[in-house]
Amino acid sequence: MSCCAPGAEIYVHQSGIANEEIVLASRTVREGVRQTDLSVPDIRCGACLRKIETALGKLDGVAHARANLSSRRVTVLWNGEAPPPLIPALKAIGYRAHIHAAAADREDGTLPQLVRALAVAGFATSNIMLLSVSIWSGAEAETRDIFHWISAAIALPTLAYSGQVFFRSAWRSLRHGQTNMDVPISIGVLLAFGLSLYETIHHGPHAYFDAAVSLLFFLLIGRTLDHVMRARARQAVQGLARLSARGALVVRPDGSQIYLPVDEIQPGMTILLAAGERVPVDARVARGRSELDRALVSGESVPQPATEGTQLQAGILNLTGPLEIIATAPAKDSFLAEMARMMDAAEAGRSTYRRIADRASRLYAPVVHATALLTFAGWMIAAGDLHRALTVAIAVLIVTCPCALGLAVPMVHVVAAKRLFDRGIMIRDGSALERLANVDTVVLDKTGTLTTGRPQLVSASNAAMNALAAAIAAQSRHPYSQALAKLSDGCRTITFDAVSEYPGMGLQARLGSDVYRLGRPDWAVAEPRLDSADDEVAVVLSKNGRCLAAFHLDDDLRAGAAEATADLTAFGLGVSILSGDNDKRVRKIAARCGVSHTAAARPADKVRYIAAMKQAGRKVLMVGDGLNDAPALTAADVSMAPASAADIGRNAADLVFLRENLAAVPQAIVLACDASKRVRQNLALAITYNIVAIPIAVLGHVTPLLAAVAMSLSSIIVVANALRPDLGRRPSAQVSQGNQAASPIPRGAT
Amino acid sequence: MIDFFFLIPIAIGLGLTGLASFMWTLRSGQYDDLEGAAERILFEGNEGPVVGNRPSDPTA
Repeated sequence: MSCCAPGAEIYVHQSGIANEEIVLASRTVREGVRQTDLSVPDIRCGACLRKIETALGKLDGVAHARANLSSRRVTVLWNGEAPPPLIPALKAIGYRAHIHAAAADREDGTLPQLVRALAVAGFATSNIMLLSVSIWSGAEAETRDIFHWISAAIALPTLAYSGQVFFRSAWRSLRHGQTNMDVPISIGVLLAFGLSLYETIHHGPHAYFDAAVSLLFFLLIGRTLDHVMRARARQAVQGLARLSARGALVVRPDGSQIYLPVDEIQPGMTILLAAGERVPVDARVARGRSELDRALVSGESVPQPATEGTQLQAGILNLTGPLEIIATAPAKDSFLAEMARMMDAAEAGRSTYRRIADRASRLYAPVVHATALLTFAGWMIAAGDLHRALTVAIAVLIVTCPCALGLAVPMVHVVAAKRLFDRGIMIRDGSALERLANVDTVVLDKTGTLTTGRPQLVSASNAAMNALAAAIAAQSRHPYSQALAKLSDGCRTITFDAVSEYPGMGLQARLGSDVYRLGRPDWAVAEPRLDSADDEVAVVLSKNGRCLAAFHLDDDLRAGAAEATADLTAFGLGVSILSGDNDKRVRKIAARCGVSHTAAARPADKVRYIAAMKQAGRKVLMVGDGLNDAPALTAADVSMAPASAADIGRNAADLVFLRENLAAVPQAIVLACDASKRVRQNLALAITYNIVAIPIAVLGHVTPLLAAVAMSLSSIIVVANALRPDLGRRPSAQVSQGNQAASPIPRGAT
Repeated sequence: MIDFFFLIPIAIGLGLTGLASFMWTLRSGQYDDLEGAAERILFEGNEGPVVGNRPSDPTA
């Protein structure tokens, strides 16, 4: 059962979740019983469910534990004042877990609603079809009337219940003076029902109840699938670790300590920040020494020292020593909130993208409605029979009702989203796929996006020194130490008498009378060599002040980063790096990827940079991970973020990729282009169907049977085309050519 | 003709029963964890359906 023993080394920093934080995130189910949802991304098999439920069930105070394999989540009901040690218990059996806010799922109420609407429409369609078939096979006079009446009795509540999905959306868009696909659908369905009811009352031979209801059924299938895909992507993204602090340990004037939620922290309060915690609000260091990881906040990849007086922005990770900090701003004025405000501003400045389906319907609705009107006028002039003219005109509307058109786009998007999901890429909605297909410029952040965001060893020493360094480094959770600790060959263990950590300096170990130091060169070595002119990050191992070995560490490229940028360039896209880190480090990475770069960009600079590109008519894809990237992610036409991104960035991004490999970016673009081509094919098919169907309808030859057959057939063809298995599966050699062929998409269409 | 008065209500009634039971399964959370349900069938012990599996109220 190899899947049940995942490594947890990346999440070491998040493992110290306080009990208070669990209480804050839980909700009361009933008197004395609280529910906590934990996200456990490593649940992979049935045995995992069993193991987790047994382990949690044994804890004192746990009333009920249930693991969910589909959403990789555990729901625990517990009673008592303090929560049971849920996360340590899971860690002990090899699962990393983090808190999942119970409130996050509330928006998911639409899915059950859609499924219920679909079930009702399915029931109505099958029953009305049953009756319709008997009419088509020759039921006469009273029998036909009875069947029509029964059909009407089934259709009316169905329309009222299942039809709401479309009517509401149509009404919303009409109220804003726009049309979307739901407007012609609603008009078609309602007119079909109205005409059929009139015919039934007047003992007419033709009623279209089956058409009205089956149209709803088909369209609801597409809509439900679309929603399922998105809900799944959302769940996967929510399952990721939360990186911002929920609260902090505050020291009150009387010396007592209390855990307060972030919102209740006021300026002037003293906060105790343990190593491995993130700064909750903007603050100043009052006491203590440590090192800070600013990667998510400013994009700097090298840890910075912190001493008394250092200003801290919310979101910075405290690496080595405990700090006493004084809040300088409430949460609503902190760095995080400032980023949120910039995102709002960027959002407001972004022109709303019109989905291709809505653009198609904007053309489509007037054409179809005008045709129906002309048909009515034509028949009035030719035959002078009001009833006949009205019947034919409505038949035109029914036959052209955009069933195929309504399925054409969502079906392709659902299939594409599934393919992306299989590759570990989550997509927020279908419009992101369309926007991605239009991209001609890719802007990449450096720290955490092009690079891993974790320092890695670039040059090491001989085996004996490596083992020594690894043994000392194993005692610390500074990122450099963790990188060095991996050097351990695993067979020799060196035991020291004492190891102590000096925040901002390094580690000191004693073995007998010898003192070993592992850390900054000027601290570890008594007489620093002057030849180390390069400021590349170096860690030195020394014995009694004499240098033994030097290790060079750097934030290295993510797997596949160079290939991904090469692919993107080969697609004919403009690629550049936009980073908040200093020029030297950015230049080095840019040179290795062979792309242009802009360094030392603050969040506002990033937004301006993107805005300038958009002004120049480029369609920009922004890929970034930090808090400082979040406004730029919002400002770009479409955005991607790795799973390790800050929460706020992940929420701003249209796509999130879960795997380490940066190949996700070109893959997503290729798939989006393929999907966009497939959408166009489907639209062409739907239009062809209309070109054939409209003349027949205009001439008054459409019967309910013909309408039912034609509509089902066109829907099935469109769905089958969307399901054709080769979407995004072309070999990579042809991908770039295929992509270029697909990329000149009519951009003027917006 | 008289047959219709039995057959049609029966047909529609059966359909409605199916619809109602689907709604019930949906409401009682039987589709919450489809993958998990497929695995749980292999567990030993007398695990009932999701609803029956809720433990007795600890406060009771």
